[in-house]
Amino acid sequence: MTLTELPIGQNAHVIAVNGTDRIMQRLMEMGVVPGIGVKVVKKAPFGDPIEIRVRGYSLAMRRSEASAIEVSY
Amino acid sequence: MDENGHKKQVTIALAGNPNAGKTTLFNSLTGLKQKVANYPGVTVERKEGAWLLNGTTAKLIDLPGLYSLDATSLDEQIASGIIRGDQPGVPKPDAIVAVVDATNLERNLYLVTQLFEFGVPVVVALTMIDAFERQKHEIDVEMLAVLLKSPVVAVNAKTGRGMRELAESVRNVMGTQPAMPHILDEDANESGPNGKIFSRYKFISDAVQESVWHSDQKQHLISEKIDKVLTHKVFGLVILVGILLLVFQTIFSWASLPMDLLEMGFGAAADFVRTQLPPGILTDLLADGILAGVGGVVVFLPQILLLFLFISLLEDSGYMSRAAFLLDKLMSGVGLHGKAFLPLISSFACAIPGIMATRTIESQRDRFATIMIAPFMSCSARLPVYTLMIATFFARQTVFGFISLGAVLMLAMYALGIAVSIVVAFILKRTLLKAPPPPFLMEMPPYRMPNLRTVIQNMFTRAWLFLKRAGTVILAISIILWALMYVPRTGAPPYEGGGAGPVSYAGADGVVLSASTGETLPESQQLKNSFAGKLGHAIEPVIQPLGFDWKIGVALIASFAAREVLVSTLSIIYSVGKDENEESETLIGAVRDAKTDDGRPVWTPLTALSLMVFFVLAMQCMSTLAVVRRETNSWRWPIFMFAYMTAIAYIGALITYQGGKVLGFG
Repeated sequence: MTLTELPIGQNAHVIAVNGTDRIMQRLMEMGVVPGIGVKVVKKAPFGDPIEIRVRGYSLAMRRSEASAIEVSY
Repeated sequence: MDENGHKKQVTIALAGNPNAGKTTLFNSLTGLKQKVANYPGVTVERKEGAWLLNGTTAKLIDLPGLYSLDATSLDEQIASGIIRGDQPGVPKPDAIVAVVDATNLERNLYLVTQLFEFGVPVVVALTMIDAFERQKHEIDVEMLAVLLKSPVVAVNAKTGRGMRELAESVRNVMGTQPAMPHILDEDANESGPNGKIFSRYKFISDAVQESVWHSDQKQHLISEKIDKVLTHKVFGLVILVGILLLVFQTIFSWASLPMDLLEMGFGAAADFVRTQLPPGILTDLLADGILAGVGGVVVFLPQILLLFLFISLLEDSGYMSRAAFLLDKLMSGVGLHGKAFLPLISSFACAIPGIMATRTIESQRDRFATIMIAPFMSCSARLPVYTLMIATFFARQTVFGFISLGAVLMLAMYALGIAVSIVVAFILKRTLLKAPPPPFLMEMPPYRMPNLRTVIQNMFTRAWLFLKRAGTVILAISIILWALMYVPRTGAPPYEGGGAGPVSYAGADGVVLSASTGETLPESQQLKNSFAGKLGHAIEPVIQPLGFDWKIGVALIASFAAREVLVSTLSIIYSVGKDENEESETLIGAVRDAKTDDGRPVWTPLTALSLMVFFVLAMQCMSTLAVVRRETNSWRWPIFMFAYMTAIAYIGALITYQGGKVLGFG
């Protein structure tokens, strides 16, 4: 499943980071690398963007970026 | 020392993630001795200061806030250029101080692992260490230093903790060959394009594991609690609207008191000059050209200072990214960033602080798109124009019998500006500013108490930059505009008494006494003879289809100084209102009574409407153009802005006037 489908508050870990080169590189530079634990903290009104917690900090991203992150729990 | 035995100026670079406390540390190390400029040809801000190090003064360069040095963004390109010594005009740094937020250690250390690769000695300054320790975490600074093979100093700019040790460490590493920790393993280059990133994070995870103890995992508890309210789907939006209203109210109404005082002060100064100096062109230049021009610049300071007070507070506290989070969906619909909202709202008061506020938007294309549409928001300077037109032609009329037509028209003008801005943003993002949208990844930093010193310093830096960069341009153009209205003084005996230039705040004396004969030479006559008057005649054929005659043309030229000048110029040209307080009332009469040569009225309600539409859409504000020049670091954008907005305004007014005539109005 991708991060967009992950229920709010559910802990999961990243399996893969896909998407375009730029999105993939930026996400990984920000610490979203395979193996790391993530959780969706909340969604903005209209469900976009979403806020995730990774490596102890909060990161907001649009659904288009979140759908590039494959997770499992 | 260099080979000649001279002491070389030492250069230190300050690098770090956004929100890591870099600005606070920079301010604390350099005090007030800072220089802010742009790197040549780009809008990346160059900030430098002097840091007292070992009795000598080192040059401290504040690099842009960075998450990475992989040179995908302009900020990253400039920063890595500086560290390599490739950036023209900036010496290669002798050492790097890497600012690392202890409460966000892993991601902050990522940049540090990249900094190691440049072969420049690195000293790590750990910030937010007190907040970290309050959360009952512990960090073994010495262990971290051993693992990173570089000095690590815990600092607190507010209490002064670690500041001396930081200077000492920097002194010690300078000139040494840095030992690089073994970060990239052999297969880093082979395991796909992002193998390096993976390797670096692997190294970081291990280092953090060995040097940090977490006794309590609920470290973001307070921020999460605050966020439950502030980013709530309902309350969050209500609070956001409240905050935006407060900001708007402040710069729209509360800033007007100091602004009025400044205008009165400069008006009084101009009067003083006129009474104290002998009448003549020099006195007029000083009073109506220079003093009024300077007044026209400093009058923006209250709004700029107040808006940047709010922006600094909102940014430093961490709220700005929450506001962008809440509004991003709305703004991304027109291809803008969530952070574009505050600058656009501010532009309803005045586009100048609004455009300066776009600095908070990181992506340059998003930022430029926001700048280009900001002037469509109906600013306070358009209000006198709307009010004059409505009071003259649409007063006491109602819609459905109870809604005043004036209110409806006013609302329609605001709506027109917003609608056109949406269309323009949509087009710009698909043409000139077309680019694959940058990944929307925005850190939501924990809520923090803003640092008062940083806030105040930011306010005054922005105000100073405005005065220095935009102020000079505004002053120059206002003097040119004054001269256009003033010369030639054809047939005029020496000029005496209080004349008012178009940008004067002293009010318009409608009549000018000639010194030699005592005959009166109406100032309206003077204006007609001036270059501006001739220009008005020259553009008459062009603006006639909009319903404007040459007198309105003169007023359009004059109001390029500032939109509200239209009202005072019309007063001069119709020779009304010796006393400024009566001006508007008599001006209404004069506008209604104005006749063309063949006796038809110049103004119809349709003309008024056409003029209002023109003012919604036209770039009738040199100060805005000067600020756009400063913020985009190029003349191309302000020229483009002027051209396309004038074109849209012309078409808008043309459709209004000709369409209205076809429909039988006017």
